[in-house]
Amino acid sequence: MSAHANAETHAAGTGKTFAWVWFWLILITAVEVFLAYMHIRPELMLTLLVGLSTIKVAMIMAYFMHLRWEKLSLVLWLIPAMVFCICMILIFFFPDGFRMEKQRKEHVPGSHYVAPAARSQQLVS
Amino acid sequence: MWLFIISDALTFTALLVAYSYSRLTNPNWSTPFPIWPAIALSSTMSVILLSSSLTMVMGVAAAARGDRRATVKWILFTMLGGLLFILLHSYEWMHLIHDGLRPFSNPWNGSPLFGATFFGVTGMHMTHVAIGVIYLGIIATGFGRGKFTSEDVEVSGLYWHFVDLVWMFVFPLIYLMSVKY
Repeated sequence: MSAHANAETHAAGTGKTFAWVWFWLILITAVEVFLAYMHIRPELMLTLLVGLSTIKVAMIMAYFMHLRWEKLSLVLWLIPAMVFCICMILIFFFPDGFRMEKQRKEHVPGSHYVAPAARSQQLVS
Repeated sequence: MWLFIISDALTFTALLVAYSYSRLTNPNWSTPFPIWPAIALSSTMSVILLSSSLTMVMGVAAAARGDRRATVKWILFTMLGGLLFILLHSYEWMHLIHDGLRPFSNPWNGSPLFGATFFGVTGMHMTHVAIGVIYLGIIATGFGRGKFTSEDVEVSGLYWHFVDLVWMFVFPLIYLMSVKY
């Protein structure tokens, strides 16, 4: 019984493995907080944070959620579909987000941009 | 459970994209979190959640061994982590509400959407943590009495790790990108 149990826990990672994964997750979190402390450019900051978080999420899924020891077909069934959906959401939203941002930046220094509050005042007067 | 996790992951993706979109398209977005105490507090919350994931893994391993007492013990530690997380998060919410932050107004003269997205995303996550604590309580009681199998414990573990996983994106995007220098 105990030999069988040992073999099973070995196949799904040992306590030591999980403790190491936990240690690395905490370490990456500490790096992220340090980056926030360093005050770097927002674009670079966002790239680094999303990159590091993706590594953390991959570690959680692989070790804590046991995907590393599951059949490959489960991974192939779950991950590509999810990534595809996330990409679709990003493709639909971000080009418009950047367009709006560009529009805003073009208009703020010039005089034709009228803030919504001021515009409503104009309408009233 | 995996199907639920995938659909829930997409729900959170949509919420975080809505937040990013609002942030990108609105001028004067507030960045109200100073390193001390806000970022320190939310980092502590991240560590608590990560640690509760570790205790949950230990619980799942104990359940696979058939060790009922150890399983219940580890799940109780996990629930304690979840409760601590909710407690600290509520404390932070109360603090922000006291400062005047509402889903529709902003005390720092920034876009009022800050409050809407902040409470929306973190509130949704906190709801998941609260449901997780209740879920784990049911699983621990049932497994302790021999009503549930180790597979049920493993499935509840998947849910708990997912809640942890979501926080790994919420924490950098909501908190670390909004540091007040």
